[in-house]
Amino acid sequence: MSALSDLLRLNIAGARKGLKHKEFTARELTEAYLVAADDARPLNGFITETPERALADADAADARLQAGTAAAMTGMPIAQKDLFCTEGVRTTAASKILGDFDPPYESTVSGKLKADGAVLLGKANLDEFAMGSANITSAFGPVTNPWTPEGAAEPLTPGGSSGGSAALVAAGAAIAATGTDTGGSIRQPAALCGVVGMKPTYGRCSRWGVVAFASSLDQPGPITRSVQDAAIMLGSMAGHDPKDSTSATAEAVDFEAALAGGVKGMRVGVPREYRTDGMPTEINALWQQGVEMAKAAGAEIVDVSLPMTKMALPAYYIVALAEASSNLARYDGVRYCVREDGGDLAEFYANTRGTGFGEEVRRRILIGTYVLSSGYYESYYKQAQKVRTLIANDFNAAFHDVDVLLTPTTPSAAFAAADVDDPVAMYMNDIFTVPASMAGLPGLSVPAGFSSAGLPLGLQIIGKPFDEASVLQMGQAIEDAAGFDSTPRLLAGAKP
Amino acid sequence: MSTIEGRDGAWEMVIGLETHAQVASKAKLFSSASAKFGGAPNDHVAFLDAGMPGMLPVINQRCVEAAVLSGFGMNSTINLKSIFDRKNYFYPDLPLGYQISQFSDPIVSGGWLDIELEGGVTKRIGVTRLHLEQDAGKSIHDQDPYRTLVDLNRAGVGLMEIVSEPDIGNAEEAAAYVTKLRAILRYLGVCDGNMEEGSLRCDVNLSMRRPGDDLGTRCEIKNVNSIRFIREAIEFEARRQVEVLEDGGAIVQETRLFDPDRGETRSMRSKEESHDYRYFPDPDLPPLVLEQSYVDKLRAGMPELPDAKKARFVTELGLTPYNADVLTADRDNALYFEAAAEYRDAKAVANWVTGEVFGRLNKDDLAIGAAPVPAAELGALVDMIKAGKISGRQAKEAFEVMWAAGKTAQTVVDELGLSQISDGSAIEALVDQVMQANVDKVEEFRGGKPKLIGFFVGQVMKASKGQANPASVNAMLKAKLDG
Amino acid sequence: MSLDRDTVANIARLARVNIADGELDSLAGELSQILNWVEQLNSVDTSGVVPLVGVGTAMAPLRQDLVNDGGQAEAVVSNAPDAVGPYFGVPKVIE
Repeated sequence: MSALSDLLRLNIAGARKGLKHKEFTARELTEAYLVAADDARPLNGFITETPERALADADAADARLQAGTAAAMTGMPIAQKDLFCTEGVRTTAASKILGDFDPPYESTVSGKLKADGAVLLGKANLDEFAMGSANITSAFGPVTNPWTPEGAAEPLTPGGSSGGSAALVAAGAAIAATGTDTGGSIRQPAALCGVVGMKPTYGRCSRWGVVAFASSLDQPGPITRSVQDAAIMLGSMAGHDPKDSTSATAEAVDFEAALAGGVKGMRVGVPREYRTDGMPTEINALWQQGVEMAKAAGAEIVDVSLPMTKMALPAYYIVALAEASSNLARYDGVRYCVREDGGDLAEFYANTRGTGFGEEVRRRILIGTYVLSSGYYESYYKQAQKVRTLIANDFNAAFHDVDVLLTPTTPSAAFAAADVDDPVAMYMNDIFTVPASMAGLPGLSVPAGFSSAGLPLGLQIIGKPFDEASVLQMGQAIEDAAGFDSTPRLLAGAKP
Repeated sequence: MSTIEGRDGAWEMVIGLETHAQVASKAKLFSSASAKFGGAPNDHVAFLDAGMPGMLPVINQRCVEAAVLSGFGMNSTINLKSIFDRKNYFYPDLPLGYQISQFSDPIVSGGWLDIELEGGVTKRIGVTRLHLEQDAGKSIHDQDPYRTLVDLNRAGVGLMEIVSEPDIGNAEEAAAYVTKLRAILRYLGVCDGNMEEGSLRCDVNLSMRRPGDDLGTRCEIKNVNSIRFIREAIEFEARRQVEVLEDGGAIVQETRLFDPDRGETRSMRSKEESHDYRYFPDPDLPPLVLEQSYVDKLRAGMPELPDAKKARFVTELGLTPYNADVLTADRDNALYFEAAAEYRDAKAVANWVTGEVFGRLNKDDLAIGAAPVPAAELGALVDMIKAGKISGRQAKEAFEVMWAAGKTAQTVVDELGLSQISDGSAIEALVDQVMQANVDKVEEFRGGKPKLIGFFVGQVMKASKGQANPASVNAMLKAKLDG
Repeated sequence: MSLDRDTVANIARLARVNIADGELDSLAGELSQILNWVEQLNSVDTSGVVPLVGVGTAMAPLRQDLVNDGGQAEAVVSNAPDAVGPYFGVPKVIE
């Protein structure tokens, strides 16, 4: 093992220690990641790489380390999902339509990481406008899951929409990455790539400066190699933002410190409705193993019912697409965007948007427009928002009896794009993650086992609003018990 | 009910007004860019106002205050919980591709205001609602041959949309309604009511019907920006609709524009099919929830409104209803008057303000804020008349100079050497002098020609070079002539 | 709910998204599939249920009436495909 790959093996907690003890510099760490980026390039995890900026950030980090003013994320080479507006760095939302958009502002969350001294390796690939579950709708090409077996006929997808972020972390090409989760876009790709992904409580992280998909659902969160890393990174990302009216004023929590709590006596709910018809045996088996792991760690298992579970997915697709159709109206070629001319104003807009948006985005905008349109608002949108209340009520009721819920994260392991026939089949990938999104609850995916084909599988822990602490504690217990080797598959200098 | 005569009978006008009043706040409704009129193009623009990706709205409390105060000013109900909705459509001056407005749950509902019509008639016009919404940017069509230029300075400025019930029956009532509404908003300080700058704009909804019939189809005339144009637009549109109807045609429900040069309304060219705005609650904004205590506090701090002030001027200060009306029509005028009248004879001051001051303001085309004679100085001048130091006529002379030169009352009176002879013995001396010089007239007076008093007064005034106090002269003459 | 190509064309017009004529049928099929699938929601009895308005903060925060934004016209037009000085340019609109 080369020293280089040793550096790459360190997670945030390990690298923090190494930097503190001057075992290496931030610059050395970043340089290792720049090499890893070369090796990982076939995965297409980045849309934009920023090596010069990374080195400048690393040097600044070294100065802080010297001065003793380093924060937890100082010197950590991360990727930012290309949905976060980064000042001076091209931001695309994985769409053609934004062209060379150079934001004159920095999103709150990426800004907090920057202020804490994190190093920007580049902008991670994603499904266009965060719409997708396989990172195959990006205008910059699909992302390959680093767990794709050698010689596979088809590359496996990393999940989505934060496919690039998850793939980069899994491949050891970034120590961590930011993602956003609307219906599962952090948790699902994390599970399929064998890494940790967390969607905090809605409002925990600011949405200011994040390209909006569905405003009442979007939530930034960390994608990392370990639960502890997720806690560390969340600490840097979270916080009330007065520029975001939906930002929670909940007290700041030292998420890392909370990990020490342990799970003895914690009541874990197992929602029976998540046992779907035709659930693959291996998913069910992993879930059972998870239950045993929790028990062994001292938790109490409780059978709970969330009757509205099945309705969460269709309700989500109405609400999210309705909001998205409105949020994407601003991409019209007037103030930014790649413009296509047309005869009159309406044609100019229609050509610009018809050309600039990909198929999945166009589909979703049309559905969203339809469900809000005159005559349909009551039966679609309003009905979906009522069902959403029922979903939230289900969780409220369950949380009277339990502290957290344990479920599988995804209905399968990583799949190839060709395996998914139609839009609805693709939407079904979010079946376990969407309910927590609809209720605004925190959810964490932890890699806990393998499929029969040797691909990673994740378990999801869902918690009460603003109780990320309990979620992380249970996540830590599962991680400890599962002993999942999340060694990145592609490390510079380490051939399998 | 007033009607107009068509070719074959009477027609009734049914009019409702939608008024858009820009909130007089420093910053915009959802962003902290300046809400000030004008400015270099795109200078008053936050990234939210430009609809940039990831930008989010945060409500300006001053706009909420303005809406609540306006609601009180119109006797409305304040809704403690209201929702912001998105109104979705595409236009270059609408950077988000939607306007943040309030559709189903506005901040203010119901209400009314009273208008005064000719002949002292009062009519109550109902108000349906008031809601907050964003103003749009400006599209400039005539500066470039191939392009429309867009300036977003105005985009996002807070607007209060005030919708009246269709209780307005003619152009006079419409004008009175807008005048009254504007006065109330200016009194509250929530809108400057400057129609030329577009801080107050009206959309006129008008339909015609035979008395007793159901409501006809209405047309909307958008963005009429002066009271005079509102009258003209109503007059034209009413006749247009009557002509169509009497010719057997049907009114097409549409949006029209008023062309002030021609005095006509015309159909707006292809604003396309009726919009489907797809209203839904803005997910970036939780509900606006107000505490009753906050609302109560605002109400308690409200300034006196025009109707109340007018009533008080009549009952407490003894002004004529006419003067009270004139003085309270505009808040700034009323405040000037109140300052000048404090601790003084309000009636006398009222006459001065409505007469001399307003006269000069009109002549010089000034607003009261630019009056060169401050209220305190007007008051000082009136004090001097009361004290008998100068005569009314002398005061008018002094006033002209005060206005032209911006000098104080005392300074001008001194410079002009104006002073009145009020001293009893001095007056007596003058009276004696005149009586002695006009013995024959004295005889005539005593013989039964009381009107000759005027002659004597004139002579005394002449002898005193206009400086004798006329009232004292009169009294002295009467005493001496009768005696 | 099954959509026909005309309905799809109307929605596309409303949404200002150009759809090529040849794509209308397949798109109608895809959208119909999605809508048919979401319609299972109608089986849920929601009488007396209030629609969820946001999952996070219950009340909108209010901010002070201060001007501390704007004054950045250059940045505002910096990404415009057709800026004319400090203005945004669009194809001529006839009102």
